Amino acid sequence: MPRPKRIRRMTNPPHFKGFRPIGLMEKNQPIVINYEEYEAIRLSDFELYGQVEAAQVMSVSRPTYARIYESARRKVAQAFVQGKPIVFEGGKVYFDSEWYSCNTCGCWFNHIEKDKEATYCALCGSTQIEHYSENSTANAIDDICICPKCGFEKEHQPGFPCNQEICPTCKCRMVRKGMPHHNRMRNKNCQKI
Amino acid sequence: MKIAITSTGNSPDAILDSRFGRCSYFVVFDTESRSTEFIPNPNIDAVEGAGPASVQLVASRGVKKVVSGEFGAKVKSLFDSLQIQLVILNDPEKKISEIIELLNHKN
Repeated sequence: MPRPKRIRRMTNPPHFKGFRPIGLMEKNQPIVINYEEYEAIRLSDFELYGQVEAAQVMSVSRPTYARIYESARRKVAQAFVQGKPIVFEGGKVYFDSEWYSCNTCGCWFNHIEKDKEATYCALCGSTQIEHYSENSTANAIDDICICPKCGFEKEHQPGFPCNQEICPTCKCRMVRKGMPHHNRMRNKNCQKI
Repeated sequence: MKIAITSTGNSPDAILDSRFGRCSYFVVFDTESRSTEFIPNPNIDAVEGAGPASVQLVASRGVKKVVSGEFGAKVKSLFDSLQIQLVILNDPEKKISEIIELLNHKN
């Protein structure tokens, strides 16, 4: 069995369904362009990113990005030459958005209209906002399961959720160390099973 | 526009619930009619999938913005594909009435 495809990250889904050629009488089968291929054309030819940069944006490797982009260009060319309609459909993607933090009310919020910059806070309407970078919190999370009650630590096994691990001393469910969930549980009683 | 806020109780004096999927109540606030509606969350005791089930509940009310203390990974991507804005408020003492006051800005 081949290795499963990595899920591609994308920020801007197209806000229309596709294209149709003008002045053709007969109906042609449409060409299906995946969302990931659309995103590759957008990044390379509209935003003018280099392949390395664009691959990072979509969170795939550079060679994979090149394959997606190649396939996208071939499909567009086929549609142009043979006069076929284009539809945007499917693809292994997830939608992500930009996060901002507000300096007035201290909240974080994401922005839905991704092609525009956020100008005011979604909660209090203040203009004192800035881009929020995830790097500071992402580094704090280790791959360690911890018991919220006694602090017993165990190395996390990939594919085995922390909340299915049982602490040998307190017999309660464990959580991932450093996650916000863990910080909240720290001073509370644990979930006995 | 409708805005959902997670709440620990069913009155405007209740404080914000810091969890999304397993909060006690959802407050749906309408900025046009300025009405509030309290919906008890049926997923409090769910073992798994409380987040996605709550997303469905909130989305079925036509909400465009959600205010809570925290959102899980599944919930974030779901809301992103539903074009619903998320607001994370890291203040466990905030009352629902105070949040509604904050939302009444001119922008």
